[in-house]
Amino acid sequence: MPIEKIWISFYTILRKDIVRVFRIWPQTFLPSVVTSVLYFLVFGTIIGTRLGDFNGVSYIHFIIPGLVMLAVVTNAFTNTASTFFQAKFFSRNIDELLVSPTPPWVIIAGYVAGGMVRGILVGILVLLVSVFFAFPPILHPFIIFLFLILSSMIFALGGLVNGIYAKSFDGITIIPTFVLTPLIYLGGVFYSVASLPPLFKEFTLINPIFYLVNGFRYGFLGFSDVSVGLSIGVLLALTVILIAINWYLIKTGLGLKQ
Amino acid sequence: MNENALTINDLKKTYKSGTVALQGVSLTIPKGDFFALLGPNGAGKTTIIGIVTGLVNKSSGTVEVFGHDIEKDTEKAKTFIGVVGQEINFNPFERPLSIIVNQAGYYGIPRNIAVPRAEQLLKDLGLYEKRNQRAMELSGGMKRRLMIARALIHEPQFLILDEPTAGVDVELRRSMWEYLKTLTAKGVTILLTTHYLEEAEQLCKHVAIINKGAIVAKGTMEEILALHDDTAESDGYRAGKLEEVFIKLTKE
Repeated sequence: MPIEKIWISFYTILRKDIVRVFRIWPQTFLPSVVTSVLYFLVFGTIIGTRLGDFNGVSYIHFIIPGLVMLAVVTNAFTNTASTFFQAKFFSRNIDELLVSPTPPWVIIAGYVAGGMVRGILVGILVLLVSVFFAFPPILHPFIIFLFLILSSMIFALGGLVNGIYAKSFDGITIIPTFVLTPLIYLGGVFYSVASLPPLFKEFTLINPIFYLVNGFRYGFLGFSDVSVGLSIGVLLALTVILIAINWYLIKTGLGLKQ
Repeated sequence: MNENALTINDLKKTYKSGTVALQGVSLTIPKGDFFALLGPNGAGKTTIIGIVTGLVNKSSGTVEVFGHDIEKDTEKAKTFIGVVGQEINFNPFERPLSIIVNQAGYYGIPRNIAVPRAEQLLKDLGLYEKRNQRAMELSGGMKRRLMIARALIHEPQFLILDEPTAGVDVELRRSMWEYLKTLTAKGVTILLTTHYLEEAEQLCKHVAIINKGAIVAKGTMEEILALHDDTAESDGYRAGKLEEVFIKLTKE
């Protein structure tokens, strides 16, 4: 397929998804914003004021980057998982793409870009809401941008694997509930890994969200539990692995074709 | 370009469940033909169509569309094909115009070309007034026509129709066939599966009859109809010639 046709195909997948995300905005944008307001209120304002400083910053400043990241990753994941699964399972309109000459990598890019757009937009909304509670410092904007891109991409890719492979509606709710949520809560959104007992600390180091949250927090506050270089390395490796898995699944039709 | 729209050689398919759907099917459809692939339910028709269109993985054998192998030259082969599946497979929340224009996008057709083309197709198929209505609000026949319009948006040279008139009333079926005849007149090759054998008899130049995953008869319509035994005793119900041949070839 010539490059201009590939671009049109990619743009079509992305445009269709963005139109859908905006059309159902009470389902796509509002929930994360409302949840974040509650977190800021309860953990930041009510409980946080009694906890004292973390590395020289107030608790609410400490949790803002993690809560933004939480919104980004859950929305990026849910978007690709649910969009792809619905197209595959309910209306079966994924056939529209599968019978077309659109190459597998363009299908992946289109769906992932849609998930990234939603994740990043919701992240920005949550960040804007946080301003009403405490304005976070922004020390390294490029690092913030990089982690926003990497985190939304990784979880959109993860959501796509989930959406391709899920065989029932349970299949796309089990992963976010029993895998994603524990990883997020144990990934250092609400605490510093330095405060954990050694065994839990070791477990945290195999949690990808830990690297996302810390790198992102470094962009705002200038400190991290782990080196930013290591975080970027781990995230890039994850990105490559997830792209390869998605490409294999769509190319071979595993979970899609009979 | 290859003179055959479709060339299938020794195509086999066994599903994960162990069901043998195709046991070495070989078939050629000449360019410009109106070809009927007939068979009882579960004979393997939809499996063949699934493999040709890239929705089902084959176990072995080769499939070429206008000389392009569907495995080695997938993207090129797919550009020739338009498919109307057996099941309704569009997003019911979308609008007919967007469904067709988006499909054009997947073939790399820019919106400024796709929109007027889609509008013309909707007019041709009597759906223009419904273009901005939700697809779920269309009647069964309209949904079928929408699928035909979607399959034609990239101007395919090979149109595959898997029971396109199932559940469609007589009047609408006739208008659909008339429309399809105009396509063959323009050189589009059509592969049709249908349970309305009298229509296949009237429309198609070539026929293949498949049963239990194997082709049991193929040839021109005249050759297939010649298999009919005019002296055979009727059991009381007298069907069309093709139907009689079909029953004779596919009965247990």
